[in-house]
Amino acid sequence: MVHLLYFAWVREMVGTDSETITLPAELTTVAALLDWLATRSPGHAAALADRSRIRIAVDQAFATAATPLNNPREIAIFPPVTGG
Amino acid sequence: MIAARLQSEPFDSAIVQAALLAGRTDLGAAVAFTGLVRADEGLVALTLEHYPAMTLAQMQAIAADAAVRWPDTIGTIIHRHGRLLPGDSIVLVVTASPHRPHAFAAAQFLMDWLKTKAPFWKREEWADGTTRWVEAKGIDDDAAERW
Repeated sequence: MVHLLYFAWVREMVGTDSETITLPAELTTVAALLDWLATRSPGHAAALADRSRIRIAVDQAFATAATPLNNPREIAIFPPVTGG
Repeated sequence: MIAARLQSEPFDSAIVQAALLAGRTDLGAAVAFTGLVRADEGLVALTLEHYPAMTLAQMQAIAADAAVRWPDTIGTIIHRHGRLLPGDSIVLVVTASPHRPHAFAAAQFLMDWLKTKAPFWKREEWADGTTRWVEAKGIDDDAAERW
């Protein structure tokens, strides 16, 4: 089971701020996870349509599309940050 | 040591700086930067969303990185979250060092990295009732990458 978190417009487009799901075992990278998530609902698909506008943190550390998934507990998906 | 704080409440830059400098007579330079909500035409409010489990830790990591780069520099960084109005303060960076180059450099580094490496997102509310998420700017990425 992994806890997925969504922030900012990703959260609005997906339609929820979090969900807990069981990932298929064949999802071994962030890129594969995003491809799979995009099939879950039209909202997921819309939020993840442009991967250049998506940033990821795996277990609260910034990740890239190539980052491997080793039984993560928490994965956050969000737009490029705009604090400061 | 550079301390990091995450809060919804306002801060008083002068009080934060005085606390940082208290008891120190070896510092010759203090720099204080405050980021504010700018009242662009029609802007009603700005809401700062963040990632509660990660944001403060990321701010502390940025502060620790600055402390390694400028070991003679001390500082405090504060970032607010929640709904803010035009004129409100958003972020504070205070640094102090024996000589001004390190205080200036560390303050600029901290701001550049806070803008690009701490998980915050700004949502604008406009007078016509619409809302808009602020887009990340390439110029901020360029500023962060020069360090």
